[in-house]
Amino acid sequence: MFELLGIPPQAFYAQLMLGLVNGAFYAVLSLGLAVIFGLLNVINFTHGAQYMMGAFAGYILLTYFGVPYWGALVLAPLIVGAVGIVIERTMLRHLYHLDHLYGLLLTFGLVLVIEGLFRQQYGVSGRPFPNPLPGGQNLGFMFLPNYRLWVIVASVVVCFATWYLIEQTRLGSYLRAAVERPDLVQAFGINVPVMVTLTYGFGVALAGFAGVLAAPIQVVSPMMGMNIIIVVFAVVVIGGMGSILGAIITGYFLGLVEGLTRVFYPEASSTVIFVIMAIVLLIRPQGLFGKAK
Amino acid sequence: MVSRKLLYGLSAIAFMSATSAHAIDVKLGVLTDMSGLYADLTGQGSVWAARKAVEDFGAADKGWNVEIVFADHQNRPDVGSTVVRQWFDTDDVDAVVDVPTSSVALAVNELTRDRNKVFLVSGAATAALTGAQCSPNTVHWTYDTWALANGTGRAIVETGGETWFFLTADYAFGHALEQDTSAVVEEFGGQVLGTVRHPFPGTDFSSFILQAQSSGAQIIGLANAGGDTVNAVNTAAEFGVVQAGQNLAALLMFITDVHAIGLENAQGLIFTEAWYWDQNDVNREFAAEFEAEFGGNKPTMVQAGVYSSVFHYLKAVEQVGSAEDGAAVVAAMKEIPTEDKLFGEGMIREDGRKIHDMYLFEVKSPEESTGPWDYYTQRAVIPADGAFRPMEDGGCAFIASAD
Repeated sequence: MFELLGIPPQAFYAQLMLGLVNGAFYAVLSLGLAVIFGLLNVINFTHGAQYMMGAFAGYILLTYFGVPYWGALVLAPLIVGAVGIVIERTMLRHLYHLDHLYGLLLTFGLVLVIEGLFRQQYGVSGRPFPNPLPGGQNLGFMFLPNYRLWVIVASVVVCFATWYLIEQTRLGSYLRAAVERPDLVQAFGINVPVMVTLTYGFGVALAGFAGVLAAPIQVVSPMMGMNIIIVVFAVVVIGGMGSILGAIITGYFLGLVEGLTRVFYPEASSTVIFVIMAIVLLIRPQGLFGKAK
Repeated sequence: MVSRKLLYGLSAIAFMSATSAHAIDVKLGVLTDMSGLYADLTGQGSVWAARKAVEDFGAADKGWNVEIVFADHQNRPDVGSTVVRQWFDTDDVDAVVDVPTSSVALAVNELTRDRNKVFLVSGAATAALTGAQCSPNTVHWTYDTWALANGTGRAIVETGGETWFFLTADYAFGHALEQDTSAVVEEFGGQVLGTVRHPFPGTDFSSFILQAQSSGAQIIGLANAGGDTVNAVNTAAEFGVVQAGQNLAALLMFITDVHAIGLENAQGLIFTEAWYWDQNDVNREFAAEFEAEFGGNKPTMVQAGVYSSVFHYLKAVEQVGSAEDGAAVVAAMKEIPTEDKLFGEGMIREDGRKIHDMYLFEVKSPEESTGPWDYYTQRAVIPADGAFRPMEDGGCAFIASAD
């Protein structure tokens, strides 16, 4: 089979592995988007900017406060999540009763403002971030840097924990109930507005987490969110808007597909996901894991 | 009677000298990347450099009216063309300056020739601007893909880097740089084992680095620029490319890129540039002024090139007496030998290529560097007469037709 495809099996496995690493980022980011859309019905366009803020929070903590990477991995999502909560309470909140489009426009405007501020302060070239796990493992078919291995592990753990929290716990059931009938859940004595705020904060914190995770691999730059967010939106659409499991599985899957495209026809690697999105929308408009309404 | 004749004569002389020193109107349009991945190495810094050149030329003292406008082309040829069309057709812009991103520069090149204006290229790299696409209205100032390939490619092949694999940005610039470098590598006895073309701008380079690793080539040539080069160098460091015995050749590297990568990962890279801020006192002084304006950043060779090209352009406008006829101003630019504080003495060839020395630099190790922005050690000077593609090899059509 491999001879037919024209590449040795080692290279094939290696590219699958790297695809998985990219998929890990797509999964965490699209998961945050799916949580926010699923529970708030807001299309959070700021997600890419919040991912970038996570990376910068890590950079700033390290450079100015001497907080090492591992500390930043916990602190940066909290900081970015807190910023998200402020955005939700002061701005987003007022748009819930309007069409989705208004939330999208607001969050898109925020992207321009946030990225502009960071560009003004840090320029576009980006800042170096030292690798906290240098070295790597020789897997026989490839040299896998330790840090990339850690990215896969961290993302799987976070994705599983989030899925479990929302789909399998009592708290998750409140959240899901609040989506269907907020008035009824409120009547049972649960503070729905606070829950909504915290959910948004959580989704944003996931973006911040992905940002810190990406900092040592990608250069920390104000543009990093813009480059990835469109792909992540495509992932969410393919998985089915608001589907938690769909976002996770599609994230990893598309990472793999993109990785393989980089081997066979690298020029198309930036478009392949959108081709898949177009096909999925034609055949199954609600997405692979979405429920038809 | 005699005194009356004298008076007439004197007034005639006075009138003539008044016309030769009459107020000249010049409008420069700096078209550059204001927000994308080349914004730090061009961008507002290029606008500043153009202003500085106008100031140093003494335009105000001469009573000239020089106006500078600028716009963001977003690295897209369609956006750039629209801006330039408006500049030429309704805003009376006389010259377009800088224009990083080769695909945009090629589009502007056509428009400038069409409208008989002037194009002063500093940011764009493709050598086609003075080759197949050459124009009597264009001067290509700072560097080009041929000069980079010739400087870096040759130096590396001559020191034993014989087999190459290219990581190429998939657009006009990347293709040109790859093609020019391949030619140099093969000319000096090296061999190109393969190429992978990545999307522009790319985000993840691990897959491409892996392909380069499995090619077994001694040298991985990075035919890309800005953020793409930064990402590729970092990824290579992460995957232990150098420890495994391969070396990187950054075919186009700017000091802002080295700053973004950090010396830890960038040390030892060899590349070609036209200008470095720490080469002499004049450059350092220019850099100090730049730094005060841009929060401690140093100018790149592109920004220095904008300064010099605008300075020389104004000299030519002075000789012609007006900025109206673009081809005439460019002809005057070629006629007058170039001399300015940043690029020293040089000349502009008939095909529009500015000729000056190029330099081979090596990135310092963290131990060698005395602090931020102290990044380069000069390895060699590539003398002006061998630094750029010989005119007869370029295939510039308007020169051939003139013969």
